[in-house]
Amino acid sequence: MHSFTYHRPVNVKAAQALLAKAKDASLLAGGQTLIPSLKLRLTDFDNIVDLKAIKGLDKIEVKGKNLLIGALATHGAVATSAVVKRAIPALAKLAGMIGDPAVRNVGTIGGSVANNDPAADYPGALLALNATVITSKRKIPADKFFKGLFETALGKGEIILQVSFPIPKKAGYAKFRNPASRFALVGVFVADDGKTARAAVTGAGEQGVFRSKELEAALKKGFKPESVAGVKVSANGLNSDIHAAADYRAHLIGVMAKRAIEAAA
Amino acid sequence: MTSTVTGIGAAVRRKEDQRFITGQGHYTDDIRREGQLHAYFLRSPHPHATIKKIDTAKAEKMPGVAAVLTGVELAADKIGNLICGWAISSKDGSPMNMGPHPALAQGKVRHVGDQVAVVIAETLNQAKDAAAAIDVDYAVLTAVADPAKARDPKAAQIHDNAPKNTIYEWSLGDQAATDAAFKNAKHVTRLKIINNRMIPNAIEPRAAIGDYDAGTDSSTLWVTSQNPHVHRLVMAAFMGLAPENKFRVIAPDVGGGFGSKIFIYAEESVCLWAAKRLKRPVRWTGERSESFQTDAHGRDHVTSAELALDAGGKILGLRVKTIANLGAYMSTFSSSVPTYLYATLLSGQYDIPAIYCEVDAVYTNTVPVDAYRGAGRPEACYVIERLMEVAARELHVDPAELRRKNFIRKFPHQTPVIMAYDIGDHDATLKKALEIADVKGFGQRKQEASRRGKLLGLGYSTYIEACGIAPSAAVGSLGAGVGLWESAEVRVNPTGSVEILTGSHSHGQGHETTFAQLVCERLGIPIEQVTIVHGDTDKVQFGMGTYGSRSGPVGMTAIVKALDKIEAKAKKIAGHLLEASPGDIEFKNGKFTVAGTDKSLAFGEVALAAYVGHKFPTNEIEPGLKEGSFYDPTNFTFPSGCHICEVEIDPETGHTKIARWTAVDDFGVLINPMIVEGQVHGGIAQGIGQALLENCVYDDDAQLVTGSYMDYTMPRADDLPSFNVGTTVTKCPSNPLGIKGCGEAGAIAAPVALINAVTDAVGSEDITMPATAQTVWQAIQKTHRQRKAAE
Amino acid sequence: MPTVTLKVNGKKQSADVDPRTLLVQFLREHLRLTGTHVGCDTSQCGACVVHVNGHAVKSCTMFALSAEGADVLTIEGLANGSALHPMQEAFRENHGLQCGFCTPGMIMTAVDMVKRKGNDLDEETIRHELEGNLCRCTGYHNIVKAIAAGAKAMKSGAKTGKAA
Repeated sequence: MHSFTYHRPVNVKAAQALLAKAKDASLLAGGQTLIPSLKLRLTDFDNIVDLKAIKGLDKIEVKGKNLLIGALATHGAVATSAVVKRAIPALAKLAGMIGDPAVRNVGTIGGSVANNDPAADYPGALLALNATVITSKRKIPADKFFKGLFETALGKGEIILQVSFPIPKKAGYAKFRNPASRFALVGVFVADDGKTARAAVTGAGEQGVFRSKELEAALKKGFKPESVAGVKVSANGLNSDIHAAADYRAHLIGVMAKRAIEAAA
Repeated sequence: MTSTVTGIGAAVRRKEDQRFITGQGHYTDDIRREGQLHAYFLRSPHPHATIKKIDTAKAEKMPGVAAVLTGVELAADKIGNLICGWAISSKDGSPMNMGPHPALAQGKVRHVGDQVAVVIAETLNQAKDAAAAIDVDYAVLTAVADPAKARDPKAAQIHDNAPKNTIYEWSLGDQAATDAAFKNAKHVTRLKIINNRMIPNAIEPRAAIGDYDAGTDSSTLWVTSQNPHVHRLVMAAFMGLAPENKFRVIAPDVGGGFGSKIFIYAEESVCLWAAKRLKRPVRWTGERSESFQTDAHGRDHVTSAELALDAGGKILGLRVKTIANLGAYMSTFSSSVPTYLYATLLSGQYDIPAIYCEVDAVYTNTVPVDAYRGAGRPEACYVIERLMEVAARELHVDPAELRRKNFIRKFPHQTPVIMAYDIGDHDATLKKALEIADVKGFGQRKQEASRRGKLLGLGYSTYIEACGIAPSAAVGSLGAGVGLWESAEVRVNPTGSVEILTGSHSHGQGHETTFAQLVCERLGIPIEQVTIVHGDTDKVQFGMGTYGSRSGPVGMTAIVKALDKIEAKAKKIAGHLLEASPGDIEFKNGKFTVAGTDKSLAFGEVALAAYVGHKFPTNEIEPGLKEGSFYDPTNFTFPSGCHICEVEIDPETGHTKIARWTAVDDFGVLINPMIVEGQVHGGIAQGIGQALLENCVYDDDAQLVTGSYMDYTMPRADDLPSFNVGTTVTKCPSNPLGIKGCGEAGAIAAPVALINAVTDAVGSEDITMPATAQTVWQAIQKTHRQRKAAE
Repeated sequence: MPTVTLKVNGKKQSADVDPRTLLVQFLREHLRLTGTHVGCDTSQCGACVVHVNGHAVKSCTMFALSAEGADVLTIEGLANGSALHPMQEAFRENHGLQCGFCTPGMIMTAVDMVKRKGNDLDEETIRHELEGNLCRCTGYHNIVKAIAAGAKAMKSGAKTGKAA
């Protein structure tokens, strides 16, 4: 790991000030991706701004028709939160499927969303649930937030504060895990807000998370497993690696979509 | 405690556990030396390249850097190459082509991860920062990873002295007799087999600390080793790193080995050498990514195999042709694995009149391959047991029945491939396994699963293996550069407590407990009074170490032999103390008694008397009570058994779940059944890992694709079931304890049982290891397409 | 160098550290608590699991400075004096370890598991919860048994070490 200067601001303002001033800085939330990347010298920064000391950014609450999850809420907290389980049980389930218990105790929703790993779970949920990312500067709809592999709409010095999820009528998530990393080989999140159904796919796309046109068209027939049975998902634009070729991923998208709808609550 | 609860056969809880469960173990990386420096290796990013120039000037000036060393300094100091200690000759009589293997590259790198330079600095971060400042000018060469392609004359030439990258072309068995058997066959089953490459992955990464004392000109090496004396011998005799008599090797607590810590590696050699140059301790601990790039890998065979049967299903002959990938360099025992540890076991549990096997060993631009749990025997078991299962399916007979029809039932049995099986009862293990696995109920379970949309499959593996390696003259005649005896010393202290100094090394096997149980059984003393000393060349007389499931049959027998001498001497002393002839002294339950009298002495009393030396003639009997033994085994031992695997496959995703695993093993006499079961569990898990999950992948350019746990699938708890384990016993006639060895059986038996089950479920034989979800799904799609085409 | 102050196994510790220092390096090298191990560099093996403020954490994936003010419990602090924690006892009794290298992380994970999931743990739950801990020796069979037994034993009100 390259050497860096460590900062530990106690509020968002101080964190913003640091980011504005410091050259080549990275925010550190849970660090479950950042720290291994630093250790393997895959990335390096002159400044690390640790958000751990900022109070109140881990709050989980329902406000009106939205579930608000603070950026520093850990996956473990989301998975076990009674509020989340009541509002969007599929989201609690998803959080409980990230990494392993020790990783879930530290990793955060903000970190996961900001990192936009193409095989991460949360981005699919944000897209399918039509969530909004609330940052220190603005509100960004999920459809505009994820910009390809590890790229997001976040600007320099912009800090995610919260993610706001409109509470759907029903939502479900099914994930087929990469056997080695346990990230999503294919993960499908489906959500029905009563009017339209959205389906987002993680783990499979060459450009990261995406909404599946094929699935969403099929779901117009109704938010039920039969609607997606036999849907042919194109392998174009899907990943091929040692764990899964694109055609297998395409097939799994159909299977996971069906299972996500079956599990939806 | 009495000997009945701590002696042979008791499930004694392990003595060593106290330190491990409280975090008080001492693994190599836990040790600190005053003034220590940290080594960091710069490794080749290229699979094959010549080194035009290494510029270390900038790195040397970085903060904290004590030295930057390369192959140039290594050569200047006349440090010898790493060697392979088992000479294999080709069938035309020519010797194997061993290419040079310097501890730091000299002019050329041959695999990704090959060590190019080492930076030694005050802190690890400083060493890493400086390593990033070394400038290496490479001329990149074409590379080859596929063993079958390596022999193409147009393929990259890896070592100058090995044309077509061929190390040897070896054969075993009677070719003419085997060809004749195939001419007479009514049925021939043919298979192409890939035995996938494994990365050992002991959870403790390899580590070393070299230290040099200028005052006494003596060296000490702490190293993650399964055989510290072998380390010392090779590093002293072949590499010239230190004279053997001034060189201490300590293998403290070692966090798993599975073969990978048998071998002598570059890193520990460099640490020792650098410590002497710099006159300061030099330490190195591998990171996991380095383990992937440098720990000797396992398996990696490409095989075509044919089984000839007569009309009644009796085997007539077996013909096998294997290409074995040994990687970029010949590791310490690499040559023996695909030859004498492989082809000699191809007869399996069966009476096969004729066997012929050819093995071509090749270099590729990959990490060296050497013994990994089972070493050669899992590959052999896979060949014969896949053939048996497929033959049964082709002949439409019950796979258990076809096996029964061919079982060896008369012992000793001389196979056509060297091994003389001493004992076994294959009907007994199969019968018991069929019962435990409830094979009778399988049909019903399959129907029930089918109603749930799942595919159920059943697979067998009736395996045999050879342990207790091995009679020294026998292995010597086959090319081994060392004898494979084991040594023990029994030191009885004046207070009656006992230290056993053993040349075996425990890195998870529980020797501190099982070896102590043997002593309790023999001497009738409480287990707390027995200490097992191992892993230190300054303490232990000598030893060949632990691998090949040899610590029980060979290591413990050496202790028995030394205990025999202790008992004989103690009886003489007791005779004097009790005023009786030694012939009238009986020793039982820790007491010396005079036959037919009530006169007796406790073991401790005799021990004390032996050291006091007042009451026996010391001109006839030397004082003290300490005896040693170097025991050379008379034969291999032959554990055997039957594993039955039942899988449930989700045809939508191809995911395989292991529904049941049954293992019935005949290990002879069990010293500690709890520990034996544990060994079986671990072996099965590694076998399942190979068959279902693990695969070391190189791309066409010989870059390592599976370089971390993000891509190399380690078996996790939720990938595995609980195992149903049983045993049967035929007492091994080749050693006084009647034991056979249990460390590798699971890894040998399991892979093929799993693949036999998966292929049964899918209805296609075209599934190679590992049977990942994608592999199985693709096989299902292919079967569907074929069925449709046929309709 | 910045200073970190935290509590480890009930004892206050303070040290100047290079910001790169991981919590596991701080424990092993500064405090010489070498029971916590490092088995990988991608946060997967779990040999380094300790408790931070009562939660299981991979100490190889946390900076020491991030643990400022935290209460850290390691394997060395789990036993209550010479009386082993019931989970430690269960690992020995059930032969839940062989080489011992993954064991501290396994035991710390197991104790955390019981805290979150209760004392009656079925096999499926235990196996699933062990997703972040690798063992190469045991095939997990006896680890699963040990955790089930240890979880039950923890119900009978054993002490849970020096911290928190």
